[in-house]
This record gives sequence, C-alpha cells and structure tokens, in this order.
Amino acid sequence: MKKNAVWRFFASVKLALFTFFVLAATSIIGTVIPQNSSSAEYLRYYGQSAGKLILLLDINDMYNSWWFVSLLILFSVNLIVCSIERLPNVWRMVVMDNLATDPARLRKMGARKLFVTPLTREAAVERLQVVLGKAGWRPRQRDLDGNNSLLFSQKSPWVRFGVYLVHLSVLIIFTGAIIGSFMGYKASVYIPEGGAVDYVYETGTGEPIPLGFTVRCDKFDIEYYDVRPKEYRSDLTILENGREVLKKRIIVNDPLDYKGLTFYQSSYDLQYDYIVSIKDQTTGQEKTFQLPPRRQVGWPGTDIQFGIVSDHPPNNKWGSFSLKIWYSDNKGPARTFVVDNSAPVRIERPDTSMLITAKGYERYSRTGLQVAKDPGVWYVYTGCTLMLLGLLVTFFLAHRRIWVHVSRHGEKTEVLVAGHSNKNKVGFENAFDSLVDQLQDDEQLQLSGKTS
Amino acid sequence: MTSSQLLGLGTFAYLGAAVLYLALFIFRAQKQLGLIATLATIVGVLLLSGGIGLRWVESYQLHPGSGHAPLSNMYESLVFFAWVIGVLYLVIEFKFKNKSIGAFAMPFAFLSMAFASFSFDARAQAIEPLVPALQSNWLLFHVVTCFIGYAAFAVACGLGIMYLCRNSLGRNAPETSIWNSLPALKVIDDLTHKTILFGFLWLTAGIITGAVWANSAWGTYWSWDPKETWSLITWFVYAAALHARFTRGWGGTRIAWIAIIGFVAVVFTYYGVNYLLSGLHSYGGP
Repeated sequence: MKKNAVWRFFASVKLALFTFFVLAATSIIGTVIPQNSSSAEYLRYYGQSAGKLILLLDINDMYNSWWFVSLLILFSVNLIVCSIERLPNVWRMVVMDNLATDPARLRKMGARKLFVTPLTREAAVERLQVVLGKAGWRPRQRDLDGNNSLLFSQKSPWVRFGVYLVHLSVLIIFTGAIIGSFMGYKASVYIPEGGAVDYVYETGTGEPIPLGFTVRCDKFDIEYYDVRPKEYRSDLTILENGREVLKKRIIVNDPLDYKGLTFYQSSYDLQYDYIVSIKDQTTGQEKTFQLPPRRQVGWPGTDIQFGIVSDHPPNNKWGSFSLKIWYSDNKGPARTFVVDNSAPVRIERPDTSMLITAKGYERYSRTGLQVAKDPGVWYVYTGCTLMLLGLLVTFFLAHRRIWVHVSRHGEKTEVLVAGHSNKNKVGFENAFDSLVDQLQDDEQLQLSGKTS
Repeated sequence: MTSSQLLGLGTFAYLGAAVLYLALFIFRAQKQLGLIATLATIVGVLLLSGGIGLRWVESYQLHPGSGHAPLSNMYESLVFFAWVIGVLYLVIEFKFKNKSIGAFAMPFAFLSMAFASFSFDARAQAIEPLVPALQSNWLLFHVVTCFIGYAAFAVACGLGIMYLCRNSLGRNAPETSIWNSLPALKVIDDLTHKTILFGFLWLTAGIITGAVWANSAWGTYWSWDPKETWSLITWFVYAAALHARFTRGWGGTRIAWIAIIGFVAVVFTYYGVNYLLSGLHSYGGP
C-alpha cells in the first residue's frame, strides 16, 4: 500500500523542489500587488479585466487564498510523507550493527588505507585499540574468524535525525499558525485617558469582542526628542468586577499580558471636547455645555437641542478653532451654522434671540491599543527553536564511521583502515588522513604502506 | 578622530584590499603583495570595527540616555554588512590558505562601503535617536543575524562566480592560465556549499528574530509584509538548493548559479524592497 504511485509522488524530492519554486515565485505577486484594498480600487487601478482576475484569484488577499493555502498544505503533506518514507532507513542506519559490515565493502570506501604489520593479529588489534582510543575513536571489536578481526567506531550517528527535526519544526510552526488563526484574533481599541473599555474591535471586520474584564487607561503620554517622538506610553489598569487586579505602564515593544491577551501600544489620537454656551438674550438665562463633536445634547427644561456636526480642531499656534453647529428649538426652522472662538453667533427667533458662543475646548488623548490573542505563538517559538537546533546539527555535525579490518595472511598481518562520513567529505578526508598519520607514526604498530 | 573619518579610511583600506587581491589574481603577483592584501583587509576590518564602535559611543554622547548600537538604518546596516564580509573572508582565507577568493569576495565588501559613503548624504548618515518601534534589544539580534547571513551569501555569490569562471574559462585554457590558478573546482564547490549552509542558518535565525521582535512589538509574528515575504522567498531559494544538493547530489555549475541567483534575491530583500515596495521596513527608504 505504501509504495503506490500517489505515495511516491508525495514522497519525492522533486515535488519538494517544485513546491519551493512555486511558493517562492507566487509569493512575489503579493509583494507587488497591494493586499487587502477594496475591490473598487483594484478595478480602477488595474482595469476591468486584470482587476477582475485579481479578485477572482483572491490575489487581493493572496496569502489567505484557497490556492496559496493549498500550496502550503501540499508543502506540508510532502514534508510529512517524505519524512515517513525516509525515517525507517535512517533509523536502520543509526542502530545498524556496523561490525557486521562485509570487509569487502571497506575496500570500496572513498577513504581507505591498507597497511601491513609484522605484529600478530591479536597484538595488532590490541595496539590499534589503544592508538585509535588516543585519537578520539573508541572502537568496538569483533573477531570474524581465527584470522579476521573488525574494529569499528562512530561519532554522532543521531546527527542523521537532524534534518527530520527541521521538518518536524516546520510542521510545529504551521500547527502554531493554525491554532493562532482559529483560536486567536487580532483587534484594536482606543481608550481615552481616564476611560475604560470591556470590548475590543476585531481587525478587518470591526466586530466587537467582549474581553470579560475591563481595561482602563489612567494616563497616556508622548515624550519627544525634539520634534520626533521618543516614547508613547499608557498606564493601563485591568479591572475584574470593578476591582483593580493589574497595573502596568506599556510602551512600544513592551506590552501588557493578561489572560492570554496582549495589549500593545500602537497608536494614539487627540480628541477635543468643546465648551459651548447658549444664552437667551431676553431672559438672560445661559447654559454652558461641554461636548465632543458628533453628539447631540439638550438643554433640560427647554426644547433646545444642538450638536457639533464637524469641527476644525484648535490650531497649534493660535488655538483658534471653528465648529459647525446644528441647532433646533421648535421655534423656527432648525439651523446649521459655523461658529469660531472669536465671535458668538446670533440666532433670531420670533420672541427672542439666542447667542451661541464657542468658549473653548478641552483636549484629551486616546491611546490606540493593538490587542492580540494568539494561543499558537508558543508552538511557533518551539518550532523556531527546534529548527535552529536541527539546522545546526544537520549542517555542522556529521555521522563519521571508522572501520579497521585486521587479517592474517600467512606471516603477515594486513590492516585496512576505512571510513565513511555522511557529509562534509572533504573535512572527513582530512580527519581520516590525520588518523592514518597517527597510526603510521605509532612505533609499536610498525605499519608499512601497501597499495590497496 | 570621528567615526565617519574611521569609516572613510576603512573604505579606502577595503578598496586597497579589493584591488590588491584582483591584481594578485590577474597578474599572479608576488607573495609579498598577497601579504599586503591580507594586511589591508585586516586594517580595513579594524578601521570599520573602530568606526562602528566609535559611532556607538558618539550616539550616546549626542543623545544621552537614548544612544544605540549603530545598526538602525540603511547606512549603518551597509557598514555592518561590509564589516561582516571582511571578517568572514579573513576566516576563509586563514582556514583555506587561498588568497584568490579575495578577488571575488572583497569587491562586495568595498562596494557596500562605497555605496554607503557616496549614496547617502550627511543627513542620512547622521546619528539619530531611535523611534519608539526600533527601541528593542531584538533590533540588535535581528540586524546582526540577518547581516551575517547576507554577508555569507555575498561570499557564496563570489565563490559561485569564481566557480563558473574556472569551469568555463579554465577548461580549455592552458595549465598556466590565470583561471587555473584558482582552487580546484571541487574545493570551490565545497566551499560554496559550506558558505551557503552557514548563511542559511543565519538567515533562518534572522527571520526568527524578526518574527519574535514583530510579535513583541505589535502582536503578529508574521504579517506577509514585503520584506518578510522576500526574506522567505530568499529562504526558499536556498532551501531548494540545499535539498537538491543533499538528495540529488547537485553541485558544480548548478550550485554556483543558485549562489548567484540567491544573492540577487538577498540584494532585493535587503535593498530593493525598501525602495520599490512599501512596508514596515521602509525606514531605509529615501
């Protein structure tokens, strides 16, 4: 069942190379065509046909499109299948009995050297054990028959698993990403100084999400170098059932964590409350209101309703501002007019005239918070750590094996040293050569070279 | 002595080194010249080290309380890039005892310095305090890891070019041609591969440190920002190369070409994205 064509297709490295290429090539599209703009903008900018194609293929949000996600799934399936396909072999390589290696195979290894020694087989084996041990190889030994012995030593066979650790780490990262996208969310909220929220608004949809607790902004502040901002900071308090449970000052790069949610300092804005007074010229009655733009208020005991439709906020230099006010009192048609802080506006009514004055403003800041819930992030971090570990092992360590075959031929003993490394052949050859030199330099072994 | 004077001198030392290595290679000049080339590289690296260190100190003097490591903009990153290439090349030279690689590696280091010195005006070279988003230790980890990777890929690209030259121009040339004075194809191939491995590890670390930083700054470790996406594209290019080599035995001209193509992707990730595409890393832009 394992060896059918579908399995072989998904296990192939060709597919991996293909997926790498296609993922890389298609990823470019999303960096060139702006993402997540409105449909109308694509049609306007790219024209009807190209714009429609972009929308049809979800290129406006391509990294979440069905086809890009399919490519990532293909990538994962390929990763899993090819790892499962190769792991049993790797396992066998790691646990294999290398002393069962046929000595004839040693004669075909890339790194090998044949010597003769006047020592007996037993004496040669004994001495080889010592010299190899001194060179950092601790060999095991097996007598094949009365005339043949094999010595074997290896370094870090488990290195062969390194690449599968890297594969596993990719899957763990993907798992973390999936957990994050299904069980987490990104949102944002503005909180005025002194204000509190128990809802945040989901990014993209704008849907309110209840927090289950309250976040209050006690203070928001900006510090400047000269003109450029140095630090944005908000003093936040978490309240559960009206009780303060946590206080923290957050700045950019130093968020607040509470119950799996993280609150990041991301932006701010300035808001104004305007102080507007209304005076009845006949009765002399006057009332002063403080209100933000786009809110309607009434004067209790009268029919008067008014609101600020829009505002030109105070200009930095002179503090001058202007307000567009809507006014209604059922004594004539509702009026909309502009008032600025230099002069009041008079509204004539059948029995009186009303004087409306823009007296001033109160400025307050709102802190802009990014809110993220991502239960998958620790999977991602675990995956990242394993990936680095796996790459280190895979790239910089090698499974190195050394065999020494000692065989008695009449009066002479032959010593065949052979070795193999699963990678970095050049480095291994150097190590092998220096080992051979060490063996040759040993006076007791009395090795003399022989062409193999 | 100011940091910019030291960095200016470093640029000239790098120019000297690049020219000497090229001369050494082309004219197969005397041994002494090779020693001078190596010395020039060492002096260049020392001058750059001094310049970077002094700039670090100056940043604290200019902006008490808000000084920072000089790794925060395009100019500073190019200087660091040149410094890493110099160091990396010296390590390779000492390890492989071959100076001809210098003719292919040091020009990249010099070009980076030259580009940093001449394409940014005094304002872009000025030491500015960090905007809030950049005030994080992850800035240091992120820039250092990325640029060690980038520098390794620059050297790998040089080695790739070297391989292709040796392979095509040296093939039918007489034994005595300059192309045959280069290391054996097998050696260049192995070295290219090793340099790519080294770079790949650091690029991976660079992407990871960037992701951790992004998550600690605004709660998203990956947002398909053009820079992020291009670093992933680069990662895919090299990942493909490594897979092809490990499992299908790719080597020689193919790996040489991938080393060159990969570095084109690196340059685009590093430089092109800032100027041609918009995104979070546009601080390096004009």
